[in-house]
Amino acid sequence: MLYRETSQFKTTYAEDMAIFPIRQDRIALGVLLGIAFIGLPLLATFHIWPFGGDYLLWAILLPFLILALAAIGTNILVGYCGQISLGSGAFMAIGAYSAYKLATGVHIPLAWLGFAISIPPLPILASILLGGLAAAGVGILFGIPSLRIKGLYLAVATLAAQFFFDWVFLRVPWFTNYAPSGSVNAPELNFFGVVVQTPIERYLLCLTFVTVTAILAKNLVRGNLGRQWMAIRDMDIAAELIGIRPLYAKLTAFAVSSFIVGVAGALWAFVYLGSWEPLAFSLDRSLDLLFMVIIGGLGSIMGSFVGAAFILIVPIMLNLIPTELGVPLSTETITHLQLIIFGSLICYLLIKEPRGFARLISIGKEKLRLWPFPY
Amino acid sequence: MRAPDTNEVLLQVEGVALAFGGVRALRDVSFNIRKGEIRAIIGPNGAGKTSMLNVINGFYHPDHGAITFKGRTRARMQPFEAARGGIARTFQNVALFKGMSALDNIMAGRTLKVRRGLLWQMLRYGPALAEEVEHRHRVEEIIDFLEIEAIRKVPVARLPYGLQKRVELGRALAMEPDLLLLDEPMAGMNLEEKEDMSRFIIDVNNHYGTTIALIEHDMAVVMDLSHRVAVLDHGVKIADGTPDEVKRNQAVIDAYLGVAH
Amino acid sequence: MIALGQFLEVLIGGLMSGVLYSLVALGFVLIFKASGVFNYAQGAMVLLAGLALVRALDLLIAQGFPFWAAIVLGIGFAAAIMATTAWLIERLVIGPLVNQDALTLFMSTIGVTFVLEGAAEMIFGSDVYPLRLFPTDAWFVFEGLFPGGILINKLDVWGALIAGILVAGLALFFQHTKTGRALRAVADDHLAAHSVGIPISWIWFVVWLVAGLVALVAATVWGTKLGVQFSITFLALKALPVLIIGGLTSIPGAIAGGLIVGAGEKIAEVFLGPSIGGGIEYWFAYVLALAVLLVRPQGLFGERIIERI
Ligand SMILES: Nc1ncnc2c1ncn2[C@@H]1O[C@H](COP(=O)(O)OP(=O)(O)OP(=O)(O)O)[C@@H](O)[C@H]1O
Ligand SMILES: [Mg+2]
Repeated sequence: MLYRETSQFKTTYAEDMAIFPIRQDRIALGVLLGIAFIGLPLLATFHIWPFGGDYLLWAILLPFLILALAAIGTNILVGYCGQISLGSGAFMAIGAYSAYKLATGVHIPLAWLGFAISIPPLPILASILLGGLAAAGVGILFGIPSLRIKGLYLAVATLAAQFFFDWVFLRVPWFTNYAPSGSVNAPELNFFGVVVQTPIERYLLCLTFVTVTAILAKNLVRGNLGRQWMAIRDMDIAAELIGIRPLYAKLTAFAVSSFIVGVAGALWAFVYLGSWEPLAFSLDRSLDLLFMVIIGGLGSIMGSFVGAAFILIVPIMLNLIPTELGVPLSTETITHLQLIIFGSLICYLLIKEPRGFARLISIGKEKLRLWPFPY
Repeated sequence: MRAPDTNEVLLQVEGVALAFGGVRALRDVSFNIRKGEIRAIIGPNGAGKTSMLNVINGFYHPDHGAITFKGRTRARMQPFEAARGGIARTFQNVALFKGMSALDNIMAGRTLKVRRGLLWQMLRYGPALAEEVEHRHRVEEIIDFLEIEAIRKVPVARLPYGLQKRVELGRALAMEPDLLLLDEPMAGMNLEEKEDMSRFIIDVNNHYGTTIALIEHDMAVVMDLSHRVAVLDHGVKIADGTPDEVKRNQAVIDAYLGVAH
Repeated sequence: MIALGQFLEVLIGGLMSGVLYSLVALGFVLIFKASGVFNYAQGAMVLLAGLALVRALDLLIAQGFPFWAAIVLGIGFAAAIMATTAWLIERLVIGPLVNQDALTLFMSTIGVTFVLEGAAEMIFGSDVYPLRLFPTDAWFVFEGLFPGGILINKLDVWGALIAGILVAGLALFFQHTKTGRALRAVADDHLAAHSVGIPISWIWFVVWLVAGLVALVAATVWGTKLGVQFSITFLALKALPVLIIGGLTSIPGAIAGGLIVGAGEKIAEVFLGPSIGGGIEYWFAYVLALAVLLVRPQGLFGERIIERI
């Protein structure tokens, strides 16, 4: 079957506006989801190659899914709305610690008023989603300066968020339930009576989160709100003159982005790390997310997945390939090489293809569509 | 050329002055725009024409004077309020959303008409989808009208200049404005493109009854299209009247010949 | 009641370390003024310059060169490295990205940061290397006025002195050289550069070179204070809020911003820190910058921008 959209005449605008107007794309996506939801878990259950141990699930797929989720969130703010963020790590942290507090019960003694605010421990799903909401709230707060300041200045505002919350979670013992080491343990992952424990269960949980979020995010960015965000990104003055309110457009972008990043943070802490320290959400994490978005493609949901995969796989390859070739590299060399590769790739893509790998893929598809008569 | 049916004033500019540091871009400018007319604003480079439009739609706030639009007077308003009030605009240097397709650019012009909020749009189901399709229908009408069907999915950055200007007009039309401000819609176009654009402007004015304020350097076009012409020079209004009156005005002739002040 | 002597000591210490922030901020301002690039890589440039210098010094001294010769050669070597870096950045990154929007340019400098950090540590090593260029002991002054006197680090005084010389040098460069004047012209109006008759790529190379040399100067002082090590990049990052506070385009602003941040964070740390857990220095500059942004987006010394369409 050839990759064609001719002969598939679209009779209504609704059809033309579907996520994947081309049938072959829809089939490919269906197959991919089938493999992800059914194929992989089956292979893993029966320990069929490449699932000999849990390595693939634990070390690659699980972080891949969660980081892809965070990258979608970052992409909404940076790629779609054009508001630079160097603070995504902080919003992951806010999601993680808020969810943690909510799941373990909140107690705020207001001694001078003579009473205390107490919230009993909430179910895990509610905690994670409310953790996302908390991140969204703080996101809106730090988004407010974006109404007065443009682009670069915002980088500093988001850095402020990063460093301030690094400090808060390190120094305010209330957030870690006064754990002496500052490191906290995730509560039991009990979803309506189903306890998520094994790597496969964890994988499926994250996969569900990512799939649902990706679809909802895709709906947003191809609807009116998405167009508002992109209009602000491309030319904010003209956007305002055609009736887009910068206040609404920017703050919704901050809210939606921070919500997704916050949920990703909660998953990262609860499902992937299990126990964690504030260091897990440092500036390095923020820059990683920014890189995923640039490499995968600014303004592309699919690109967020590509970018996350790339950032995860490069260090593994740097470790694996030289070892296979008999010249293993030291961890230090790998770190440095990794920096150099990411850095140069960022520059290269910004110069050659600012829409990242996602754009390269769609150019490839374009060529395929015309094949074998490329005119 | 059909004259507007009424003498009802849609927009009144009263004693507007605007300065940038030492540059006095506008000095005590007054004029009005009547409902349904095509009103040209002309003048040599740097006369203050663009600044005038910027004042009208709230992008600049005048130092003195006031604007009355649809009977409401205000000295300053935000661009967003102007848009909501029904003022649309195209720009001297095309100000399209570069990363978006022609279709999305024009769809963005529908923003003020969108009723469903974030959560509905996120679900994109039922009423939200119906609304989206409804807007798409409206936009497709505009696309047909401007004869740009073939390029609707093309990112605007890849379009030639003439087509970009057309898409920009489409985006303004999508707002279904009462007053359409066009800043040199034909600059840099060849003759054929200019004729197309003139036709669109006249059609918009005739079919939708949209009031249009037009800045243009090509005198032939101005004389053809407009009902009334205001002439600015160095921020001062030096003439105002029908195209014929303005053409014969000595001050205008001097301004264009560059007679020293 | 806080003793006046203690307060003054903290204030002076803060102002002095503020001078160091100003040193890095200067590099940012230069590049931003001339090319509109918000250079995230300034901190990485300090690291690179410092590593190149300290490693060259170690090597030369181990080879038996006299101290002064080693210093001259070492500084020459580090300067050459910074020149090469400037040339490569202009050639490979900033040149091809000309006319791109500010955001793209900014993100490209984050890419440059990673390459510089990776390369610098790979070539020169990634330990802490002590640098001994300036005295690091302390003076006690005003012993007659306050009990115990006020403690002042000699290094801080050196830092202030060097910053002063640097600013004077830059001023001379801008006033009295053809390239310097061209630079100012570009800063005011990018098109004007053509009329000056100096190729824009040359101008940008010079800007990055000057910023690199400023980074080298900053590295000598900071390296002496803390040893040359990776965490210098974090300190250098503080030049960003310093700039926001001072105003992006203003050299006096960079200096004032540095002093405000330096003094502010020390005072906050010493007098406020104990009650809220300490470590305020970590975020003080950024939150202050945020506050300034909300009140006066163009910074204390920046000029107001009127947008056009
Ligand atoms: N944002 C601004 N800052 C400073 N000066 C400005 C600004 N906008 C306009 N001016 C100045 O105001 C004067 C009028 O400019 P304006 O753009 O309104 O002229 P114009 O009539 O549209 O000219 P043109 O035919 O060249 O488009 C000019 O001298 C211009 O330099
Ligand atoms: Mg104009």
